Amino acid sequence: MEILASLLDGFSVSLQPLALTMIVLGCAGGLVIGALPGLGSVNGVAILLPVTFLVPPNEAMMFLAAIYYGAMYGGSISSIMLGIPGASTAVATTFDGRPLAQKGQADKALVAAGIGSFVGGSVSIVLFTLFAPPLALFALKFGPAESFALMALAFATFVGLGGDDIPKTIFSICIGLVFSAVGLDHVSGMPRLIFFDMSGFYAGIGFLVLAIGIYGIGEILWTIETSKGKVEMSQATITASRIFENIKRLRHSTGVMMMGSVMGYFVGMLPAAGATPASLMAYGFAKSMSRDPDKFGKGEVTGVVAPETANNAASTGALLPMMTLGIPGSPTTAILLGGMIIWGLQPGPMLFIQERDFVWGLISSLYTANLVTAVLMISCIPLFVWVLKMPFTILAPIIFMLCVVGGFAPTNVMHDVWLMFLFGVGAYLLRKLDYPMAPAVLAIVLGPLAEKTFRQAMITSQGDWTTFFTRPLSAIFMACAVLLIVFPLVQNWQRKRRAEANAAAE
Amino acid sequence: MRRAEIITAAILAIFSVLLMIKSAEVPIGWNSARGGPSAGTFPFWLSGGMLLSSIWIFVRGLRGVTPQSRSSEPYMDPLTLKLFALTAGSLFLMILAIHFVGMYVSIPLFFIFYMRFMGRHSWITTAIITISVPIFLFLFFEIALKITLPKGITEPLFYPLYALFY
Repeated sequence: MEILASLLDGFSVSLQPLALTMIVLGCAGGLVIGALPGLGSVNGVAILLPVTFLVPPNEAMMFLAAIYYGAMYGGSISSIMLGIPGASTAVATTFDGRPLAQKGQADKALVAAGIGSFVGGSVSIVLFTLFAPPLALFALKFGPAESFALMALAFATFVGLGGDDIPKTIFSICIGLVFSAVGLDHVSGMPRLIFFDMSGFYAGIGFLVLAIGIYGIGEILWTIETSKGKVEMSQATITASRIFENIKRLRHSTGVMMMGSVMGYFVGMLPAAGATPASLMAYGFAKSMSRDPDKFGKGEVTGVVAPETANNAASTGALLPMMTLGIPGSPTTAILLGGMIIWGLQPGPMLFIQERDFVWGLISSLYTANLVTAVLMISCIPLFVWVLKMPFTILAPIIFMLCVVGGFAPTNVMHDVWLMFLFGVGAYLLRKLDYPMAPAVLAIVLGPLAEKTFRQAMITSQGDWTTFFTRPLSAIFMACAVLLIVFPLVQNWQRKRRAEANAAAE
Repeated sequence: MRRAEIITAAILAIFSVLLMIKSAEVPIGWNSARGGPSAGTFPFWLSGGMLLSSIWIFVRGLRGVTPQSRSSEPYMDPLTLKLFALTAGSLFLMILAIHFVGMYVSIPLFFIFYMRFMGRHSWITTAIITISVPIFLFLFFEIALKITLPKGITEPLFYPLYALFY
């Protein structure tokens, strides 16, 4: 009941005219960004964060969360219409969405994606509302050692579950942490890593500079390379009666929707997993549960519903550790977390006590955003189809311009624009060799806190390393982290031995 | 691809060593005066982590363990290289030009180059977008957000506009 009362208080904040306008704008913007091939929630949030300095922090966060939401819906549009995932999170939607569109049933797929996303979003927000307060209460007990151990665990999930090359993942984490240490040391006031004695480095490297570099400039360079070929667009006929007809037919997918929502939510909470693997898992699960799995991949509506429910649920799931523990569950929430720090709001358990209006306003805005996006998406399908026709040679310079101005705006120094350019080109070149980028972004956001908690814990324990392993909670986190790192190595080693044994037997 | 993988790992390893040296300019050990690790500890050991992982990547590249080190595809085919060079190059020049002529000249020039010469759009489309972009920038950033964008030598041209709005 207490939660319900808090939620109602939240609505009294998030239904104010300005807040509501920002939510609707964010949903529409997110849908467009998500629909554009190559751009997803993380790109939208990174590029548009500087723009939100126009409104107060509460509304700015609601706007960004709405973009996050909208982009999750929007990703399905280009997956279905073009067969190109609008964002990596919508990859699984192409498997059945594209065949449906080619059969002339694009509207069926789009409605299924919209409704699936809506259900995934709704279920996960309810779960979020129920889980967040107790988790925040629990996290109040954390000291520096626990906080540091939890961050170590977050990084370990990338190594153990990220699925990328392990040394490349570790490199990405380390470089992000090192970049976060540039500038004046907060404890001793000593300047560190001032490259070429440039004064710009005294202020440190802003996470936004790295994020816009990677997800703005780097992403566009990447998209230019991957979208060289011509693409064929499917047609969609939309009438109100067909929309209702399609919605009615989705009754059969209720089970899949529930499964996708719950699964997506819990997978989304893990920093390394997030919406993309959640949607792929849900797709695989729906296929194996289905009575005739052979239909999958040829235009089965359930195959669109499952990943779309899961990716929306995962995006809400990723917000849970970010808000309650201060550990982002996805690159997008990492940028949201960085934004909150810019606005002077420290995410974590204290937020639920000190900034109740903010927290519950944001949570309640998710309910509104979910509904608004579903309605917008289904009613404005023709508009988004038109957006997809926008030539990349117009889109690319617009995004580059937003990156340059967005890199300049927070600090008003050109130094940051140059750094952003370097990071963008570097990220693109490294990405071609499959270096993962998300760990670096997470690391630069968490870096200052990781270092602070590490040093505090070490001071308290007077240099005794075992402090991280003797305090019970911290020990559990550390044990999980070590397991996550060791597990894939052991697996690798076993596979190699088996291969050698096979080779010897032959 | 194979050569790119190995060379990149080598460059990253050198970069890591430079970072370690740079971190060591401040104390990296235990701070005996105040207790706790010193300013340089965190970046030094993490640069060490970068070095170890790049050596690891290098060795795996040499032994052909990663998919990239077994791929015979070129790191960049000629068309990709051309697109990359044109895009990144024009962006570089655009940012460089901001220092001299400011954003309100360099960004429109970039648009004209990109839309007209890379995208082959008509002059009319190019003109509409090129003219509306600086107007949007001015109204949104200078007026609404009160962030002064760099103008270089074009600064005096804006005095009448400032007088109009402030």
